[in-house]
Amino acid sequence: MESLYAITTGVLTACGLYLVLRGRTFPVVVGLTLLSYAVNLFLFSMGGLTTDGAAILDGPSDYADPLPQALVLTAIVIGFAMTAFVVILAMRARSEVGNDHVDGRRSEDGEDRP
Amino acid sequence: MQHLIVLPVVLPLVAGLLLLYRRQGALRIKRLVGVIATALLVAVGVALVARAAGGEVSYYALGGWQPPFGIVLVLDRLSALMVLLTAVLALGAVVFACAGDDERGSNFHGLFQWQLMGINGAFLTGDLFNLFVFFEVLLLASYALLMHGGGKARIQAGVHYVVLNLAGSSLFLIAVGVLYGATGTLNMADMAARLSELPAERAGLVTAGGLMLLVVFGLKAAILPLYFWLPRAYAAAPAPVAALFAIMTKVGIYAILRVYSLVFGAPAGELANLEQAWVWWLSLGTLVAAGVGVLAARDLRLLVAYLVLVSVGTLLAGIGMGSPAAVSALLYYLIHTTLITGGLFLLAELIGLQRGKAGTRLVRGRPLRQGGWLAGLFFIGAVAVAGLPPLSGAIGKALLLDAAEGGQRAWLWPIVLGTGLCALIALSRAGSTLFWRSQGDILGHALPRRQWFGVAWLLGAAPLLVVLAGPVSDYTRATAEQLATPEVMINALINDAGDTP
Repeated sequence: MESLYAITTGVLTACGLYLVLRGRTFPVVVGLTLLSYAVNLFLFSMGGLTTDGAAILDGPSDYADPLPQALVLTAIVIGFAMTAFVVILAMRARSEVGNDHVDGRRSEDGEDRP
Repeated sequence: MQHLIVLPVVLPLVAGLLLLYRRQGALRIKRLVGVIATALLVAVGVALVARAAGGEVSYYALGGWQPPFGIVLVLDRLSALMVLLTAVLALGAVVFACAGDDERGSNFHGLFQWQLMGINGAFLTGDLFNLFVFFEVLLLASYALLMHGGGKARIQAGVHYVVLNLAGSSLFLIAVGVLYGATGTLNMADMAARLSELPAERAGLVTAGGLMLLVVFGLKAAILPLYFWLPRAYAAAPAPVAALFAIMTKVGIYAILRVYSLVFGAPAGELANLEQAWVWWLSLGTLVAAGVGVLAARDLRLLVAYLVLVSVGTLLAGIGMGSPAAVSALLYYLIHTTLITGGLFLLAELIGLQRGKAGTRLVRGRPLRQGGWLAGLFFIGAVAVAGLPPLSGAIGKALLLDAAEGGQRAWLWPIVLGTGLCALIALSRAGSTLFWRSQGDILGHALPRRQWFGVAWLLGAAPLLVVLAGPVSDYTRATAEQLATPEVMINALINDAGDTP
């Protein structure tokens, strides 16, 4: 399970990074979302993955670390708010500048290729 | 006053909530609430410094959960100093904003208070994840403040600023996750205690986590390869916001200083000071790049933004040297540079207001109505920020240059002095263009008294820091010694019960 989990996180991070480096705001926003998903998954696993453990500490039995769960909840809330903000910001930038390039430039060489 | 430590967070929070009362209108009341809350924050800052000056480390366990299990706010000399500095800077900025900048968009004063809450929280917290949360609070408020009033330039600078900081936040979370996985704790003092008995196979993980944190803090502090967002964002922000942003880069510098002196301090064994070589060389690079930027700037606001970058490079060089003498010098320079660059942003706005269409661009424009006073203030600010005697910049730089040892001198002295010369050339060129190369009629209006107060309050720090140089440098020296002995804080937090509410 560990390797599957690690590969998922890694692929999400790689896709997120690639999209963040794109030139237009929409792929950048999607990239940031993917990055935050990857980070949430990573945070969730940071205390080590436990299978069949109790959700809450209950006697001496095997239990899941509760701290990452609390942290990932905080991270999800903050990430959600930030994504909402950046979507609105990207739309404002589109209407003020007239195009959706992150630098606000009209067009670049090779930009209009199909 | 056992609840004193939490006041710098709670006071702006409550004030910000009160200011939500109505979106528009009620401007007089809102201004009154904003200014009173900020003035109270100055009083709280003074009380905190008075309490921390004795050298005792005290903490406030939120919810009564004892460290290392709960989240703590920690008060030592460094955090008290930073809280007071923030409040003093904010008072000048908020009074300046009351002259009319707060009317250009909605809810300026509320956002301003929440930004203060985030900054103060970041200075006080003793928990790594809590530091992330307060970073997000201050960033979210700063996103909205940066775009206060709208306009094409602000939106464009805002897109870069927001996207970069969101990517930085993701990296912060990954670094926190790695460090938690390797050490099993998030409390910084507890992490420091556990690092001293870390199993050897986890040293690589902790190094990776520690250096990722350096990237995040370097992005906030605007260190060499990560500074490109800063000049544009600071030049586009409204003047009072840009003045408050003068403390934002210092949040990054504070975080580097705190995390690497406490968690990766001397007790961490082989992992001690893992940031030092990186910070040292990158700070010198930042200084060179900032010197070039200062000379190339064609707008007064952009020029001041690059001067912020010069100060960042100088401060980071102090961290790169790492000795207590260097840290003491950098803290003195930090107080000076935060207040002076904040004041210069406000002054640039005043000059731009009286020059009509030319604004702050360094071209021939209309003569200024109150040119004499503005030129006098500009002269004081320029002398202070370029580091010429007799004002505070010279003392700060002299302390820092004196702290360099052996081979460091060969690098630091020419670069710092050369950047100072660049700043001097650029500022004298800007001043002579702004005040002497003018044509046409005087059109500008006389400026409101609140704006003069804001500028004078911040630039007044330059002579004041010279008069009080003795006590201030005594305090910064004691602070540097406290930072050099992290054992004191670890003992205060982990091994005994301090005062709990």
